[in-house]
Amino acid sequence: MRALAELYAALDETTRTSEKVAALARYFAAAPPADAAWALYFLSGRKPRQVIGSRRLSEWAIDAAGVPAWLFGECYDAVGDLAETVALLLADTPSAVAAGEPASLSFWIEERLLPLREADEATQRAAVLQAWSELDQPRRFLWNKLITGGFRVGVSQRLVVRALAQVSGVEDTVIAHRLMGDWAPSADWYRGLFVSQRADADVSRPYPFFLAHSLEDDPASLGTLEEWQAEWKWDGIRAQLIRRAGQSFLWSRGEELITERFPELAEAAARLPDGTVLDGEVLPFRDGVVLPFGQLQRRIGRKQLTRKILAEVPVALFAYDLLEVEGRDLRGAPLRERRARLEQILDSGDDAIRISPLVSGSTWDELAAARERSREVNAEGLMLKRRASPYRVGRVRGDWWKWKVAPYTVDAVLIYARRGSGKRASLYTDYTFGVWAGDTLVPFARAYSGLTDAEIREVDAFVRRNTVEQFGPVRTVRPELVFELAFEGLQPSTRHKAGIAVRFPRILRWRRDKPPREADTLEIVRAMLREG
Amino acid sequence: MTETLLHLTPRGLYCPPGDFFIDPWQPVSRAVITHAHSDHARPGMRAYLTTHEGQAVLRGRLGPDAAIQTLAYGEPLGLNGVELSLYPAGHMLGAAQVRVAYRGEVWVVSGDYKTETDPTCAPFEPVRCHTFVTEATFGLPIYRWRPQAEVLAAIHTWWRANQDAGRASLLFGYALGKAQRLLAGLDPAIGPIFCHGAVERFNGIYRAAGIALPPTAYTGAATREVDWSRALIIAPPSAQASAWMRRFGEVSTAFASGWMRIRGARRRRGVDRGFVLSDHADWPGLLGAIAATGAERVWVTHGYSAVLARWLTEQGLDARPITTPFEGEQGAATGEEE
Ligand SMILES: [Zn+2]
Ligand SMILES: [Zn+2]
Repeated sequence: MRALAELYAALDETTRTSEKVAALARYFAAAPPADAAWALYFLSGRKPRQVIGSRRLSEWAIDAAGVPAWLFGECYDAVGDLAETVALLLADTPSAVAAGEPASLSFWIEERLLPLREADEATQRAAVLQAWSELDQPRRFLWNKLITGGFRVGVSQRLVVRALAQVSGVEDTVIAHRLMGDWAPSADWYRGLFVSQRADADVSRPYPFFLAHSLEDDPASLGTLEEWQAEWKWDGIRAQLIRRAGQSFLWSRGEELITERFPELAEAAARLPDGTVLDGEVLPFRDGVVLPFGQLQRRIGRKQLTRKILAEVPVALFAYDLLEVEGRDLRGAPLRERRARLEQILDSGDDAIRISPLVSGSTWDELAAARERSREVNAEGLMLKRRASPYRVGRVRGDWWKWKVAPYTVDAVLIYARRGSGKRASLYTDYTFGVWAGDTLVPFARAYSGLTDAEIREVDAFVRRNTVEQFGPVRTVRPELVFELAFEGLQPSTRHKAGIAVRFPRILRWRRDKPPREADTLEIVRAMLREG
Repeated sequence: MTETLLHLTPRGLYCPPGDFFIDPWQPVSRAVITHAHSDHARPGMRAYLTTHEGQAVLRGRLGPDAAIQTLAYGEPLGLNGVELSLYPAGHMLGAAQVRVAYRGEVWVVSGDYKTETDPTCAPFEPVRCHTFVTEATFGLPIYRWRPQAEVLAAIHTWWRANQDAGRASLLFGYALGKAQRLLAGLDPAIGPIFCHGAVERFNGIYRAAGIALPPTAYTGAATREVDWSRALIIAPPSAQASAWMRRFGEVSTAFASGWMRIRGARRRRGVDRGFVLSDHADWPGLLGAIAATGAERVWVTHGYSAVLARWLTEQGLDARPITTPFEGEQGAATGEEE
């Protein structure tokens, strides 16, 4: 576990990509396969569910450190992160400092952590206290993060893959593919990442998704229109549909298997030729029309898929790429060829699995005009894809662009703030904004992102100086700061005070020029709802 | 309430029978100075009293015209029946705790102190008293220091790794005290050591006082041929993100401070590395020092004074926080959470 703690610190201490990759490569070159497997498990964003809740962890730490609860609270307030507070609060025992060869990561996870899931509270408590006494501060921190299910490393999958490729000499697209889907971390699994051919290839395994960047420049900067293909930028669930060995699998971009959520797609997939993998968007689709995303959300929110909801919100997969055909990886072929093959496969026009139509235009201006009509078809804009491009891994610039229509914007007033999480845990970075309804500000959107670090510090200082009420983690502040918020969509909601739910709210800029009284009203926001 | 031997006035901590102030923040006629940091040693006093060891640094701070009288550590001075003496605080060169005895009652004002030994100053010496005025810059139990040797070894490792990566090592630390303590522990065999002008000025004063520091060079006097990627440069935190930094090319930055114990504090500082090294006592240091005085009454200043006072009260002491403009380790000035 010491090596992982060191890796964690090394990743934490640099913003340079090359150094992050070097630190990862150093780790993987030295780690025993069983440990490396677990490290990969965490580095790829997977985490074992929380074993110990924060309340218990706090109570046990208070006991172990022999401090009163108020003093623990003061410490937490200074640190802003529970796992870190507990790790810092406890003194290193002489044995923890002197411990020579530390037990392996896999030992700590498999023998010490996982058994706690089934244990009763007294056993858990004894085990956690014992672990604290055996570990020094950096490892205690890591252990606390692991048992509370909060272990997160600020490193992208791309860099992890690059490091593994560096260490093993295996191509990064192969490794990226093998890291997808469902797998259990073990030494054998880890070794399997690097073998040249795998007979036991998992039939359900998806390919890594190719992600687009936002187009900020004039599209004419992309060159001649002939090189590009335009499609609608849908507002649904990005998904990969796999048909192999007589089975169907639907994966979300979050690498979640969602086949069972969409029985109509599973059924339609059975009619695809074996060895086919499609990339596309799951959309609510009824009577030949794509419905707003809010409809799909209604369906996702249900625990039970009733006949009624299935009838009200049927879905379709709008496929726009073909990654595998006849069991062969087609990602290296140019888009124009993949598109032609996709059209052959989907020519039957099956209702539930459809081809996502191209948007035509003979000039960039014509496409720009088409883009302005996106909302009419419940799309968010256009996708521009280079016809000659292969299907790449991850978010790579240059071949795929999202060219979205301008978002909705509203000027709103900061009314509540709470601390952020992770690297911003000690700062107030999670804000709730209100718009005017008569003389009161109605909370209407919550946003975390969009400010610079300097602005964040400034708002943090404002929050601390202008708190009028503190309730749990939430501070109510004097309504003085105005921000311009952008969001992707609006829908009526009975669960929100303003009667409106906002999609993807983010902060565009701080309107220092605007007094709070000039922020927008709920009426204005409601009018947008009708337009949308 | 009867008047106490020392009490807080708008100008500072005052001793009426002896008619002197300790670390006053407004002009007074007689100021006893615990140490030369700017929040404790302010200009404009008619007369200053400090230790022999602390005189040169204090003069460096106040200029040639200041009237400075000195005492040896432990040497008593009588003032209208009050016996005043100074004892090592272990904070920096010449730093003192002030002992005030009057009609059998003893007060000790700690100034800033640390309990770990430091090659650049006399080690902290506990002094028995009835009332102890302590600092509490790091008065939270999350603040626990690792031994200095361990921190220095980590700095050396960082320096070597930077050399291998071909970039300069830029280490920020308080220009007076912290910088010299770092220097005294650095291994000059690894590479050349340079100092910012603000640091180099105090290096000279330390060397003149007989403190052994490795050879250093002033960054401003460096020629164009200097290979900065071999060098370690010590600078005050105020030099961070300034144009001054550009001359070194690619750098790795680090900050040596007790605040670096918390990851969020390092991130907010915007440095690559944080080395947890403080010239103030950590939590166990504070509790140990307070216990060693045998004091029944404790006044607490700096930083987490309310927290430490409450803790001491719960332990059965008569403790209370007092408000002073002392900053501790660049606490308020850097926007760290107080
Ligand atoms: Zn000081
Ligand atoms: Zn101080």
